[in-house]
Amino acid sequence: MADEVRVVIADDADLVTARAEARAMAERLGFPRPDPTLIATAISEIARNIVVHSGGGEIVLEPFEDANRYGLIVIATDKGPGIRDVEAALRDDYSGRGGLGLGLPGARRLMDEFDLVSDAETGTTVTMKKWRYRDELARLREERGRRA
Amino acid sequence: MSVAILREGDYLIAAILSDLTDKEVLELRGELTELVGRYRSRGLVIDVSALDVIDSFVARALRAIVLTVRLRGAQTVIVGIQPDVAIALVQFRLNLGPLRVALDLDAARTLLDQLTEGEAEDGR
Repeated sequence: MADEVRVVIADDADLVTARAEARAMAERLGFPRPDPTLIATAISEIARNIVVHSGGGEIVLEPFEDANRYGLIVIATDKGPGIRDVEAALRDDYSGRGGLGLGLPGARRLMDEFDLVSDAETGTTVTMKKWRYRDELARLREERGRRA
Repeated sequence: MSVAILREGDYLIAAILSDLTDKEVLELRGELTELVGRYRSRGLVIDVSALDVIDSFVARALRAIVLTVRLRGAQTVIVGIQPDVAIALVQFRLNLGPLRVALDLDAARTLLDQLTEGEAEDGR
């Protein structure tokens, strides 16, 4: 299993690195198409938020697996001013700064799980997960197990 | 910059050759706006097949390029959106607004021929 990958996000050139690392890890983990692209796109949005709104932070890509699933966890942190209205930022019509739009609702739609914690003291942490069942049979067995 | 810009008759072809930084994407807008005027191009083709991520920033930048070069007298067609990128764009619900797209260069040329047909035959 691959180890975690850490990408420092300081300026727009780091977005290129973040996208490439995300795609590489997703492919290494065995994600089928189009998942590596969906993951890289979501990470690109989150990374740009860090550059534009906070001035710097980091993104950690962490592989995970259990008996039936494998996946990728993305943890993006910054020490910026925080997002004042998190709920609004996750709404589609919201635009955080000068009509730029946060891209958060879109990123959320590309991933399976999405969590955002933000306050003025500690900054913002976005945790996103994308995961896959190893095979459909395993998923059905697990579901049946839960129902029983 | 990793963009190859070629002239073909009345048309300008900008082929993006690798992933671009945000700064490069913004520079592309200025450069294409300039070149469309310098060459009096009536059509612009932007080949994005080398982009394996089109996020909201790139989508907005493409839209801005289209609107800007339109003011300089050129129509734009985007070509080469990768299948996975198309899926991501839809799932993201990115609005590509006024973008005209074609599958490849041939289709783009046909589309541009239609779009520029009947326009003033270069009264310059």
